[in-house]
Amino acid sequence: MRTLAGSPEPPAPADAPRGPRSAAGMHPLVWIPALVIGVAMLIPAIYLVIAASALPAGEIWEIVTDPSTARLTGRTLGLAAAVTGASVVLGVPIAWLTVRTDLPARRFLSIATALPLVIPTYVGAFTLVGALAPGGLVESWSGWRPPSPYGFGGAFVALTLFTFPYVLITVQSGLRGLDPSIEEASRSLGHGPISTFLRVTLPQLRPSAAAGALLVTLYVLSDFGAVSILRYSTFTRALYLQYRTAFDRAPAALLGLMLVAITVVFVVIEARVARDRGQQFGRRGAGRAVTQVPLKRWRWPAAALCWSVVLIGLVIPLTVVTYWLVRGLGAGESPNLAFGAAGRSLLVAALAAAAAVLAAVPVAIWSARSPSRWARLTERASFTGYALPGIVVALALVFVGIRLVPSLYQTLAMLIFAYVVLFLPQAIGAIRSSLLQVEGNVEAAARTLGSDRLTALRRVTLPLARRGAIAGGALVFLTVLKELPATLLLSPIGFDTLAVRVWSATEEAFFTRAAIPAMLLVVLGSVPLAITMIRERRET
Amino acid sequence: MQPLFRPRSRLLVLLAVLALVATACGGNDDPADGEDAGAEEEMDEPSEPLTVYSGRNEELVSWAFDDFTAATGIEVEVRYGDTAELATTILEEGDASPADIYFAQDAGALGALEAEDRLVTLPDDILDRVDANFRAPSGAWTGVTGRARVLAFNTDVLSADEVPDSVFDLTDPEWQGRVGWAPTNGSFQAFVTAMRITDGEDVTREWLEGMLANDPVAFSNNTGAVEGVARGEAEVALVNHYYLYRFLAEDPDFNVDNKLLPGDIGGLVNIAGVGVLSSSDNQDAAFELVRFLLGDEVQTFFGQETDALEFPLVDGIESPELPTLAEIDPPQVDLSRLEDLQGTLELLNDVGALE
Repeated sequence: MRTLAGSPEPPAPADAPRGPRSAAGMHPLVWIPALVIGVAMLIPAIYLVIAASALPAGEIWEIVTDPSTARLTGRTLGLAAAVTGASVVLGVPIAWLTVRTDLPARRFLSIATALPLVIPTYVGAFTLVGALAPGGLVESWSGWRPPSPYGFGGAFVALTLFTFPYVLITVQSGLRGLDPSIEEASRSLGHGPISTFLRVTLPQLRPSAAAGALLVTLYVLSDFGAVSILRYSTFTRALYLQYRTAFDRAPAALLGLMLVAITVVFVVIEARVARDRGQQFGRRGAGRAVTQVPLKRWRWPAAALCWSVVLIGLVIPLTVVTYWLVRGLGAGESPNLAFGAAGRSLLVAALAAAAAVLAAVPVAIWSARSPSRWARLTERASFTGYALPGIVVALALVFVGIRLVPSLYQTLAMLIFAYVVLFLPQAIGAIRSSLLQVEGNVEAAARTLGSDRLTALRRVTLPLARRGAIAGGALVFLTVLKELPATLLLSPIGFDTLAVRVWSATEEAFFTRAAIPAMLLVVLGSVPLAITMIRERRET
Repeated sequence: MQPLFRPRSRLLVLLAVLALVATACGGNDDPADGEDAGAEEEMDEPSEPLTVYSGRNEELVSWAFDDFTAATGIEVEVRYGDTAELATTILEEGDASPADIYFAQDAGALGALEAEDRLVTLPDDILDRVDANFRAPSGAWTGVTGRARVLAFNTDVLSADEVPDSVFDLTDPEWQGRVGWAPTNGSFQAFVTAMRITDGEDVTREWLEGMLANDPVAFSNNTGAVEGVARGEAEVALVNHYYLYRFLAEDPDFNVDNKLLPGDIGGLVNIAGVGVLSSSDNQDAAFELVRFLLGDEVQTFFGQETDALEFPLVDGIESPELPTLAEIDPPQVDLSRLEDLQGTLELLNDVGALE
């Protein structure tokens, strides 16, 4: 990669690795809000410490050193590592194919490959079982028995399909921010499309791929739905069992704290991976039209890859759901149209996306542009809520909310706040990596040209953050659509969303009533993806 | 740069309007009201709405709350969720809990609230409606309906006679690989707790180990287990009785039937029940709702309505579709003792049933 430092777009004069960013002190309008937000994100961790402190030291030691704890940790880490690896292997090429090439049905596939993200894992896993388990729909329709969906393999495939879009969407956003002239230079020097992708494009995508990969890893740590239905015991499954079986919150809180410790390890790893930020590639080309890479004989194999993801992650679940609907209607069941719930889902997802982006902007700017240790700590603090299972964050906000802000308890404001605590890192990651694509010295340049810090921030930094803000907002929107535990406990009473309707119906085998809300989830999920698409079309 | 944003902004405005319209048409409370911090002053309403935390599913019980409002004029607001999670929520909320009534899917969760003194003793006229076996001896909660543990079996491969009469027979090697269960499920764990109470720790451990030696097929919940039996992944499964009726409603040709286990611990009858919170300032209305749920009309409907089809618990009311509780002859278990789930969880972990 270093060889490219001498490419036609020379790097801006970087006197020292961190020189440009330490040149300007951060404006208090950035770091004060960032710090406040960082502290708020620690609420779940603080709650866990309070709850776990009820345990006597002996018992803490016993739980921590229990052999089953080590086993669960190993299983959880193994699953997270495998799913993350597969998500990168799947997400980065598909992102490139759907943004940069002449892939057939490229725009459609760009949306469809990301849509498995809106299917809640408990629904996705349930439908995969219905289709693929022995005696399931595939076997009874075709006579062929697919590989068993249970155990590590099933959990691995299901979680990869339902979470790899985190990598896909962040990398797509990263690709749109790249300067195509470097790739063109590589092509003109005789490298083919694949070689250019591997040697020029890929290294520049490291920050966004790392950000997306971290989102996948931590999502896997917190998932309960898929692992419980597909029978793979993980840390979070054990934690849920503790909450659901025994009403003693202290041991569950201790498990939660151990999960936080695991999170810290992953966040540190991500920081290492993303450190080489590809800044040597210089600045982004402004408003340049991107040439599409012709895939030639790779066109159809590439399309097959994308379609197989759509098939397993989207078509199979939707087919099972449609089968429910048809079968139930035939038996005289009535469907649930759930338009009210769809409206409420749209409302909370949009509000949460906006709130998360607003909260993420100062944190992302601070951590991308300041060498301060506090900046990095603040950014990392935000990951605790995301890696913890939803039920932990929800109970933490129940405990804290009813005591500190009783008038806001179980209001829409509180629900949105809960979503921000849960999903803020999705917005921060996307915004931060879009800022890291451009060197900090553009702000320094603005200041040498006479702008004050605030003006440089407003006129240079914020516009650079916009692309990441849209991708991050889309991620939060998609994730909020399927959120369940916090919605159940913290929403205004009687306020149900599509995810609640799907859960409520499938839980007691009202499959006909689950069908339409599940389909509407997919429809709503395509909205932010279509918005991103429209923007892209305007630009190119 | 400027025109770039117009289509997006237009789309966003359109979406926001759509969301608001759809939300307003949805029939529930306007969510925007929630943000008004000081809007709780209006006390001159005829009666304050009752707040129910319901671990019972909305699809199954919301009609009862609607009927109550129609009959009494008392508004009911319901928060639906997982039984255990809502119990934990009430414990975390403490005395400020907005809930007046807790409607649980099993006795253990009610026992957990009682153990932390969060429930008031119900008036005698309420308690007298229900057989003493199906309410707390202390009077802190009462069952509303009964749910029996059964063996659901695949009718394509087994007849009712071939299905054993006792769960203890399932450890026989002939059932190797043929039995499904849901070891992480609350009703299953309540049944194991009951076995620990009636047969003792050692017998229960032995039974669990015998089951595990037979490689049972583990499902994540009752719905999954019944569906697994229909697919043939397991031939029989230990589940609650009422899931079958839901599947039959969705698919009249559904190839699963229930076998009741009279007199066997595997035929435990647990309850879905209610308790009134000690922190409630609306207890009289809450008692009204409990009386209504135990009234003849609602009890009859629970035993007839195909979606629920549970055992009425009030004397003299029987479901035309189900056997009577006397016929089931459920094992005598003090349901208020089902609260010791930590012991069950440890035992299940110990024998490796939760892996």
